[in-house]
Formats: sequence, structure tokens, C-alpha cells
Amino acid sequence: MSIAPDTFAFVADLVARRSAIRLEPGKEYLVESRLAPIARERQVSLDEYVRRLRAGAPDDELAGVVEAMTTNETSWFRDVAPFAALTPHVLPLLRAAGATDRVRVWSAACSTGQEPYSIVMALADAPLPVEVVATDLNEQVLARAREGQYSQLEVNRGLPAAVLVRHFERVGAHWRVRADLRGRVQFRRHNLMDAAPPGPFDLVFLRNVLIYFDLPTKRAVLDRVARVLRPGGFVVLGAAETTLGVHDGFERVEAGGAVLHRPLTAPRPPVSAVPSVPAPVVRVPMPRGLPPASPPHLTALRPFSAPARPAPARPLPQSRGVS
Amino acid sequence: MRALVVDDSRTMRRIVGATLNDLGFETQEAENGAAALALLEAGLEVDLACIDWNMPVMDGLELVTRLRATREWRAITLMMVTTESEQEKIVRALAAGAHEYLLKPFAPEALRDKLDLLGMLPQPAGGAA
Repeated sequence: MSIAPDTFAFVADLVARRSAIRLEPGKEYLVESRLAPIARERQVSLDEYVRRLRAGAPDDELAGVVEAMTTNETSWFRDVAPFAALTPHVLPLLRAAGATDRVRVWSAACSTGQEPYSIVMALADAPLPVEVVATDLNEQVLARAREGQYSQLEVNRGLPAAVLVRHFERVGAHWRVRADLRGRVQFRRHNLMDAAPPGPFDLVFLRNVLIYFDLPTKRAVLDRVARVLRPGGFVVLGAAETTLGVHDGFERVEAGGAVLHRPLTAPRPPVSAVPSVPAPVVRVPMPRGLPPASPPHLTALRPFSAPARPAPARPLPQSRGVS
Repeated sequence: MRALVVDDSRTMRRIVGATLNDLGFETQEAENGAAALALLEAGLEVDLACIDWNMPVMDGLELVTRLRATREWRAITLMMVTTESEQEKIVRALAAGAHEYLLKPFAPEALRDKLDLLGMLPQPAGGAA
């Protein structure tokens, strides 16, 4: 599927006028992936939806389009907590619930791949093999995701430096996810309106995507997700999303700062009874010629833990803002 | 939170400083590593230092090394903000004691993301929903 040139031109102009963000040629996939859910809600094609906007649309509608184009930017380890909690807190819960041979994760609406790769990076030192099935509606973003190659601006977005040097290699001016991690993610085209990919899954990342759907559709998607979750498995939603008022078949579980949602079905061990394990240790490869990695925070680098800081500093003697 | 922006480019100091101000930081500036050390030796206390690599007098790597070697400055969170994008350079900065590394050019959101990783944002990151 590709969008008409005048569709792209209209959206790019609208976004530029209202947000100062420029959508350069080549970003058609972004327009498609962000606006297709809105068009689908209105049961028209994206080109037809934009044709109607051009013919005259209320300001609210145009603002919604701009918002869809300018929010939900894809970044690595988005919101940090759901990824930081995976190995030390979530994995013990899954193992206690029966995931003893491997961990299977579905990353739904994965866009250009930052989320599924963040998952395998966060679980790189897990004591079990990890498989991620990553899906999106859009073949173009899936092709980019499979390639696993990102610009400098893209790797700047939320990727810890220690993770960058461990799990990426430089390819010219770009950075590519190393082959061993790419091999743990299987990308597939999938429409959330259809039956879920074959399960069972221990975790389903369904982040910042339900917002595009009306209430019955949200419920239907969560029903399908619940059916492919292994007993004791969890759904991970966006930081500002909840199942409250949407679907009463889930309970909220907190694990190490991450908020998870578990279907209310079979009995499972209480969260408090499962011990957490220490955060993973990321070992940064040392290039030849450098001295041994003596600083302790390098040899035992915990990419998600903030360094110890002193009590709040005294006011700056000549503190000033920068205009 | 208080931050020291160390860069020989006045423009870059302004860009980094303005972004930090928007995130609620009070900022101070230094044009090279030696000037930064002089401010700290004079009693300036900061939580974060954003440090360029290539600067006259004292470069960023030297500054990071000195800050990590001095007990009273060891708790300052150090972030390199530099055009040096070679993998080996990033590893070298981390080995010297930098906590994070931001590649120039960057969007303001990228600086925010890095501070979020370091637990240095005033409030937890909120998702857009």
C-alpha cells in the first residue's frame, strides 16, 4: 500500500504549518502508519480521508491529524520502566508461572523496530532464550525494522550509550543492531483487527496503540490478546494507558516500577511471593589499546540504574538561565 | 537540579543550556575543561555536567577523568555531548567515567530521553496516549 503524492503533500504542509515539523519526502510510511488507524476508524481509505480533510474539515479534526503525526515518536526503551523491570522483576514472575524453557513476546504495532529490539536488549542476559514476534500493519516500516539500521538521530532517542556500543555496529553514518539480536526478532505483517499471531506469549507489548481505536475495538483487541497469553502472562500498555473502564477482564500488577496487566483467569502465584533478581550486568566490549576496564561502573554497568547522586546541591553562585 | 554545560561553542552552550532550562535545570557554563574545574574548585555544586569532547586547554575526556578521580565530584552525573561518533570513542568515554553519551546533532527530546535514562527528570516520563 502506498499513499498518493497529494495526500502526503497535504499532510506534510498541514504538519509544517501547525507544528514546524517537516516531513521530508521518504516519510510517506510515517504518514501512512500514523493516519491509517484514524482513516480506518472512519471506514475510508487514507487517501479518501485526506481528500475529505482537504475539502474542508473542522479544526479539531485537523489538530488530531497533526497530533497523530507529531506524538508517539518511536524511541528506544520508551518510558524506561517497562524495559528496566523485564529481567529483574518480570522474568521471575513469568518463570514462577511456568515459563521455564523460553520467553515468547509479541510486540504489537512495532513500527520501525525500536520496541522489539529494546525488548531483546533488555533481556540479553536473561537465563532463558527469548523470542520476539514483532508485528505491524505497514510493510514499509517492517522492512526498515528487519534491516535494523538506524540514523544517528534515531539512536540518540533513549538508547543508553552502553547498550549502543554493546548491541550495535557502525555501518557508515548509521548504526545497525548486531545480527545475533536481529535473529531473535521475527517481523510479520499483522492487522490488530485480525486474529492474533499464533501464541502462546508470555508478554504482549501493546503500547500507545489502543488510543487509535474506539471502545468496542479496544475490548476486542484486548480479548484477542488475552487468548494468546500464557496463564500468568502480562500485557504491557503505554505509560498513560489502562484497562480500567475499557476491559474488566484484567488486573493491574506492579513489578519493579513497571505497570503490567494480567488477565483474570487461572490462579497464579502472588507477585510478592516471587523474589526479584539483580539487574543485568552489561559488559562493554573494550577496543584494543585501551587500559583494562578498571572503573567499576564500566565492568558492572547497569544501563538502567541512575548513578548515585549527592543531596541536592546548593544554589549556584551565579545561576542563570540561558536565553 | 543544577547543571554545568562545558563546551567551547557559545552557540552549543546556549542550545544545551536552554534545553536544560526548559526541563527545570539551573545552568552554569564553562568554555573548556579547565574553566569547568575552576568553577567547581571555587565551590560550584552541580548534579549534572554536559561535556563536549574537543575543547582547547582541557578536553572533555580529561575533564571526565579528573572529575571521576576526585572524591567530592564523583557523584556528579557526567554526560558527553559531542560530535565524536566512533564506537571506540564512546567506549573510551564510558571507560573514563562518563555515565551517558549524546551524539551531536541532537533533538531536544534526545537530551530529555538521556536524562530520563539517568533518572534526572523532575517527573517520570509520561506516555502520549
